[in-house]
Amino acid sequence: VALLAVVATLKLATMAAAGGKPAVLLLRPVDAPFAAALRDRFRVLDLYAPGQALPALAFVAAAAAVPEPPRATVIWGGVRVDASFLDAAPSLRCVVSTAAGLDHIDLAECARRGVAVANSGEVYSTDVADYAVGLLLDVLRRVSASERYVRRGSWAAQGDYPLGSKLGGKRVGIIGLGNIGSRIAKRLEAFGCIIHYNSRKPKDSVSYKYFPNVHELAAESDVLVVACALNKATRHIVNKDVLEALGKDGVVVNIGRGANIDEAELVIALREGKIAGAGLDVFEHEPKVPAELFSMENVVLSRHVAVLTEESRSDLRAHTIGNLEAFFSGQPLLTPVHADSLAQ
Amino acid sequence: PVATAEQPTHPPHNSQPLPLPPSVPPAAMAMESLGVLLLHPMNAYLEQELDSRFRLFRFWDSPPDGRAEFLRANSSAIRAVVGNAGYNADAALIDALPSLEIVASFSVGIDRVDLPKCRERGIRVTNTPDVLTDDVADLAVGLAIAALRKIPQADRYVRAGLWKAKGDYTLTTRFSGKRVAILGLGRIGLAIAKRAEAFGCSISYHSRSEKPFPNYKFFTNVVDLAANCDVLIVACSLNAETHHMVNRKVMDALGPDGVLINIGRGALVDEPELVSALLEKRLGAAGLDVFEHEPFAPEQLFSLDNVVLVPHVGSDTEETCKAMADLVLKNLEAHALNKPLLTPVP
Repeated sequence: VALLAVVATLKLATMAAAGGKPAVLLLRPVDAPFAAALRDRFRVLDLYAPGQALPALAFVAAAAAVPEPPRATVIWGGVRVDASFLDAAPSLRCVVSTAAGLDHIDLAECARRGVAVANSGEVYSTDVADYAVGLLLDVLRRVSASERYVRRGSWAAQGDYPLGSKLGGKRVGIIGLGNIGSRIAKRLEAFGCIIHYNSRKPKDSVSYKYFPNVHELAAESDVLVVACALNKATRHIVNKDVLEALGKDGVVVNIGRGANIDEAELVIALREGKIAGAGLDVFEHEPKVPAELFSMENVVLSRHVAVLTEESRSDLRAHTIGNLEAFFSGQPLLTPVHADSLAQ
Repeated sequence: PVATAEQPTHPPHNSQPLPLPPSVPPAAMAMESLGVLLLHPMNAYLEQELDSRFRLFRFWDSPPDGRAEFLRANSSAIRAVVGNAGYNADAALIDALPSLEIVASFSVGIDRVDLPKCRERGIRVTNTPDVLTDDVADLAVGLAIAALRKIPQADRYVRAGLWKAKGDYTLTTRFSGKRVAILGLGRIGLAIAKRAEAFGCSISYHSRSEKPFPNYKFFTNVVDLAANCDVLIVACSLNAETHHMVNRKVMDALGPDGVLINIGRGALVDEPELVSALLEKRLGAAGLDVFEHEPFAPEQLFSLDNVVLVPHVGSDTEETCKAMADLVLKNLEAHALNKPLLTPVP
């Protein structure tokens, strides 16, 4: 392995020295440090370069037509990697996605064409897990709601804020026990929560109680945390039945994708007191949030920021460059995604 | 004359025997005769149970200018006082209650009970430790995450209809892995440490004496503690030594990237200095559950986005308030029945 690494480094250095830095197709905006790090190592074809006016697919086609066209691309969740995208850039052999999810990539189509896909690995997992715990504490202990009460002067005028609910001893049902779900579990155990989970298959490495479907999970949990990827199987995985099974003292936290929950049914359940509260970082039609939620005291609303810290930014930069360098030096990708793995 | 269990009367000559008196167990009598002054409507369940088990006096039944008269009128009956974090048995109240035997506080912090005077008068004091440890520790960590990740700010933003574009955000800073320092490593401090460790945080602390936790770094002074951490959590009790322990020097040491969390007592922190440190950006952020003049929180902080302000809710859950109330009731019962108190303050 050491010898392979030396060979790889030489190969990369040779290309750079020959002025032939490998070309990378950059299809997402990046901050200055990220841009500099990419330019140091690669010949960057930047969709977002100042003055660049071509729309995305046209830009991709134009990039594919240059001499020594890009064999790798860096994308985010806004870029749909499907057959027409891959047709526009037949030189691409590697897609490096900086997004947390993979629902924007047709993995089967990539596999058919031998195009390798790298995801963001565990770069976001810690921050998302922290945010999930923060949202849950906020809902149960009414942090944002009682904060509003203080800021409008009601504490002095109206007295104590109504009581919240204790986190310790609650049964927390985690939907998806992957990188994020397992971190949430570990954190909540320290607060005295009992961890339940649903996943495609039970995990032998954990002692948490497994439930074969989300309905049964909800029936035996006080809290449901959505921590799974969005795909055909998990769209609206939290539906009206699941919310009913969770019950009137139950709380939902969503740091997955808005479409993991049937949003219309969630609003009804909250309106009718069929569940006790919700903490939501994601919505079905962002940035549209059902206005009815704005007047609810038992809901915490956030704007899809669970991944957005300075630290995950710099981790993402290092990780993305790491995947690109691995690809260009013929090494295995740091975080390859296979068509059958479907994230967790 | 009504016959009692202890003093049966003899039936008068040539008349029917008197019916037997209802038997009132001595225990119930001892409890019913314990006059308890409740200082504030702090908890409905507690009030209801005090009323049904003891002889309840509600301090707020008397008008503010009639309080002295109220106490005078009931001073021989009132043998117990139930106070809380905000309203408790100070010197003036104790002086007005010559029959006072016990102060049972609906709180763990008893900085507002005049302990020297209680000792002098032989008045026993109980509080509510342990039952609220988890909730207060949970809130401390919840405030730290809320302050660092700006959750209430996001909630305000969305509710105001300001989220118009998908890519609209500000970068915050990660909570996991931060260096967490705890001021006071008692029950609550330790519970905070355990939770923070699950986030990969390193733990340091200052306490009156070093504790047997080799993984936690002990600092002999608070300024050094603050200089070597990212998040300082105030979790000690308030007394003459700890008053304004978190002063300007400490806050400057914590610095423009530092976060101060207070779930102890407002007066542990020099509040005017805290306000200027935050306004002048010498301190990075704060999460506050307690204030020097509750229920007033400093209004100058209301416009800041790097502060989380909650109204002393550290133990405010249904589950914990019931447990606290039960502990107060059990202590009063034990006192009435001459049994050992459950949670006496030494």
